[in-house]
Order: sequence, then C-alpha cells, then structure tokens
Amino acid sequence: MTYDSIVCVKQVPDTANVTADAMKEDGTVNRAALPTIFNPEDLHALEAALDVRDRFGGTVTAITMGPPAACEVLRECLCRGADRVILITDRRAAGSDTLATGYILSQAVRKIARYDFVFCGRQAIDGDTAQVGPQLAEKLGLPQVTCFERFTDLQDHTVRVRRNVGNGWEVLEVKVPVALTVLDIANLPRPRAARRLMQFKRARCADEIVREIAAEMPGADDARKEAELARRTVALKVRNLLIEQWNLDDIQADLQWCGLAGSPTKVHRIQSIVLTKEGYTEIPPTEEGIQRMVHELIVDHTLG
Amino acid sequence: MIDVNRRGEVWVFAEQEDESLSDVSLELCGRARELADRLGVRVGAVLAGWNVRELAYRLIAHGADRVYSVHDSRLEHYRTLPYARVLCQLIASHKPQIVLYGASPLGRDLAPRVASEMRAGLTADCTALDIGDYVESRTKTAHANLLLQIRPAFGGNIIATIINYDRWPQMATVREGVMALRDGDPKRKGTIVEEKVEFNDFDLAVRLIERHREARKVNLKAARTIVAGGGGVGSRENFKLIHELAGAIGGAVGASRAAVDGGFVAKEHQVGQTGTTVRPALYIACGISGAVQHRAGMEESAKIIAINWDREAPIFGVAHYGVVGDMNKVIPMMIAAIKKRA
Repeated sequence: MTYDSIVCVKQVPDTANVTADAMKEDGTVNRAALPTIFNPEDLHALEAALDVRDRFGGTVTAITMGPPAACEVLRECLCRGADRVILITDRRAAGSDTLATGYILSQAVRKIARYDFVFCGRQAIDGDTAQVGPQLAEKLGLPQVTCFERFTDLQDHTVRVRRNVGNGWEVLEVKVPVALTVLDIANLPRPRAARRLMQFKRARCADEIVREIAAEMPGADDARKEAELARRTVALKVRNLLIEQWNLDDIQADLQWCGLAGSPTKVHRIQSIVLTKEGYTEIPPTEEGIQRMVHELIVDHTLG
Repeated sequence: MIDVNRRGEVWVFAEQEDESLSDVSLELCGRARELADRLGVRVGAVLAGWNVRELAYRLIAHGADRVYSVHDSRLEHYRTLPYARVLCQLIASHKPQIVLYGASPLGRDLAPRVASEMRAGLTADCTALDIGDYVESRTKTAHANLLLQIRPAFGGNIIATIINYDRWPQMATVREGVMALRDGDPKRKGTIVEEKVEFNDFDLAVRLIERHREARKVNLKAARTIVAGGGGVGSRENFKLIHELAGAIGGAVGASRAAVDGGFVAKEHQVGQTGTTVRPALYIACGISGAVQHRAGMEESAKIIAINWDREAPIFGVAHYGVVGDMNKVIPMMIAAIKKRA
C-alpha cells in the first residue's frame, strides 16, 4: 500500500548562534535580530516522510504554524520534495504554548483528513520541550511513537517502528494512522534538488503577495492593489506556486483553546544569561575567590 | 483539567524500569517533600508496574506520604497509552495540585500526553522548582503559593520562570541530577493505596515487540555539567581529582586528547573534534591547554571555567571564568565551596 504523510515543521531562531547583539538593553532576547533557520530535527522528520513516499508511493504534505515569513521553511520543504505545503497563520494564535499549538496543528491535520503518518521533529531548538508531538498525537486520538529511529517493517496498515529510549531501543508494532517524533540520528536529510529550487523559490502565500505589492506599489490605491493581488494569485496558482494559507476559522479551531487563552502555562519572569565571551573574569586561586565564583554559578542557575 | 485545589497533594511519577526506580524519581520525592511542607500538604507518588510493590517503601523513605500503587501485568514494560491512562485517572480522582516527572526519555514521552488529555499546563526540563506568588498584570488578580517552574530556554540563553494558575494540576518535568539525591529514611511511615485502572482497546493498541537496554555508558551529550581534565593533570592517579569534582557537582567526566593518549582516562570521555561535541550548561576545563580541536568540541558550552597554571593557554580565550593556578589546590577548594552551600 501507499502511505500519505503530514510533516509538521517550524521556523526557529538560530539559538546556537546567539551573540551579544541579539540581546536587548533590558536583557531580553531580540528575536528580530536573530537569523531564522529550519528547525534541525524537523528536517529529519521531512526526510522520514519523503523516504516512505519514495519507497512505497503516497504523498507528503508539510504544514507550519507561524507568521507569513515562515513560508521560508515551506519553500524549503517544496525544494526537498514535499508535494503540498500549508501555512497556518493567525494573529489570534500568538502566545500559544505547546498545548495550544498541539491543538491548532491537530485541527489543520483534521482538515487535511487523509494521512497515515504525522511526523514531527522530536523538539524545536527555541524551546527544547519535545511536547508538541505527543500533544498533537493526543489531540488527534492517535498512538504516538517518540524518538523515531526507523521503520523495521512496513506492511499494509501495521507498521513496526524502532525508537530510541536513551539507554537502548525498542521496537513497537502499531496500526496506522500514527504520530511519530523523529530524532536527528534517524536519517540524513537529502539536499534541495536544483531544479525544484529554481521552480519553487517563487512560491508565495497570500500574505506575502500582499506585502510585496505594498512594497512595490506604494502610491497605488486599494482597488489597484486588490486587482494586482488577484492577478498575481491566479498567476501563481496556475503554476502551482501558491502556498495555501489557513487561519483559525479555516481549520474550525475553537478559540478558547488557542493563543494565550488556550495556554495554561504563562511566563512569569525571564532572566537573561549575560553573554560575555569577550574576555573572562579572572578568579584568584584563593578560597574566597573560588567561593565567590561558585556562588555566582548557583545564583545564575548554572549549578544546582 | 482540574480546578485549583489548594489542599491537593504534591505528586511524583515514580519511574521504574526492570523493577528498579530511577534516581530522578527519588530526587523528585525529596524536592516534593520540601515543596509540600511549605504548602502544608502531603506528598503522593504514583507507582505503576508489575512486581514492583516493594519499591513503594523506598518512595516512602525518600519522602512520600502516600504511594498510589497500580499493579497490572500489562504495565510491566512502559508503554505510553496505558501509563497515560493510569495518570489521567488518578489525577482526575485525587486532584493533586502539582505533578512532577523526571525529564527522562520516558518522562518526556508520558507527561505531554497526560497534560494534553487533562488540558493542563506542563513545563519541560525544569532545573529548579520553588513556591511563590503571582499577580496577573491586567486584572491584578493575585495567586498565592504557585509552583514556580524554572528552566533554561532559547538554547540556554535565558532562564524562564513559568507558572500555571488556573488549569491545574501544575505539572513539570525535571532534569535528572539537578535536585539532590538524599539518603532515604527507612523509618519514615507512609500509606500504600492500591488502585485499579481499566484499559480500553485503544490504550493497549501498541505492542512492544522487542526491547534492548545497554548498561549506562558515559553520556557526555546529555550531561548538564562536565568536568574535563587534560595533559596538565599529569597522571591517572591525579585524574581522581577530576572524578571527585564531577561527583561533587553531579556532572560527567570529560577529557582532552592529551589525557586520553596519556592513559589517564578511557577514550569514551574524550571531548573535541575526534571525540564528542558537547554543549553543557557548565564546562570546567582543568589542566587543558585548549588546542583548537578541543575547543571545537566544547566552546558552545553556556559557561566555561578554565583552570590552568599557564596564563597564556588558549583555553582562556573561550572561558567565562579563568583561574590561573595549580589545579591540585584549586579543585579541592571548589569541592569544599560546593559542599559548603549544599
């Protein structure tokens, strides 16, 4: 049989390369100053889905939730081989914690309707929570397999999956549909295909087109902009380059479970860790010096 | 979700595998005890499995007042769905105010599933827990005695304190090794409550076909703190100091290539381009000059302490704290300073 997969991907700030420039004066992180990247483990989730399709047939649909700029990761999915991509974007989704995010993604997956596998990366590097995958699985009423390494057997509706458990591994047997979270050791993501890159770099969602028109035709009145939007939308659509864009109404999301209202966890306080790679604090090799250093490490939560 | 329940217990999910409790569960019992004493409530532990009844006494020795024991052959090996059923059913009937899990691969698989089904909050990978008050900025509504869930975020660049004031229980997974593992008190008294949980077909839909466990190896990647020794340590005998400091802070032992080549320590401890690349919260480099190959494997650590007698050693170029001095004197001072605050 063939398998249809949905892959959830995320655009994240490149937290591995946070420099002092990325910190605001008040000590908080300036997300706008950070370059964004395709969440690393999501690339492995995408590869797992593409691999199943290439071996058995079927489709790969990539979805992401975020601002229109997140279309960048969807274009990347298209260049690597995804058949269909969808942006879920809505201001009312802002402030969603993992539970609300899992709910919103589950509504999008329900709208797509046809799927055997839902793949996610194990975790995203901006939060490192590894919670959205299992929460999405629960919201969909699917069994979950976290820390996916590989399929050991794919036969009709019953599949065997090897998962990593830190100090070993286990093989689980489960019927599709099933949700899986993928580890970086699972596979080696394929590069972008050059021909697909040339084709899909022009793919846009509706909000991106609106922004481009606003930038390119600053003097035009609304009617002209509307007409231009309609023209470009049709032009992209016929070439299969229009990225589908869904809001919370499109996926029939219940607003009480979305955004801040749908998020039981709230941020109480943020403390930044001062980034001072330039020069080091010299500690004298005395008892007082060492005690002061240990005290500082305890205060900033590095120790204990 | 359950309603805010100020008399609710503080719970620990007692993770066990092959009839042995994980250290993190016992660490959490100790911390739960302290939190529960401040709130004036009991500590409960959820123990699910098969042939594991005896473990309840260890949980009591480490601070539990009540152990909710679910004894069922279908729980012999961990599977997400039946374990989630156990937690959800017990939480719904006993209404604890706090539920803590180890941030182990198992805890990180189970806790979000439970949180989603309970529609409750969950904070991952906490490194500290506390009790404190919170005032909502918009409505000025005050919430007293909440669980403060403290965790690094954003790749370790910030520390966030998370709270959950309306949709309870307040749940968190806690990193292994960050809470002190105290000695149990075998004389402590507690109650064992036998619980029965019904499973449906869906709960049992996933079959475990094969499982393989390895003896715990050196796990540098997962370590939150690493104490590493280099050629400057001088001998295998002297390398004991590195092990002692690592033991004092609950960290892993790392090494530079010079220390491995010198036979001071096994190769699996090697950090660097040809060894393991690490990025712990704290890396203490002792007697390591800091060749570029070594720095490539550790310079992403959130905090680096360099201890070296040679002021010109390149390791100081990536350090946040530098101690120019004899590690044979400095390390014992550090151990003393750490023990003193504990």
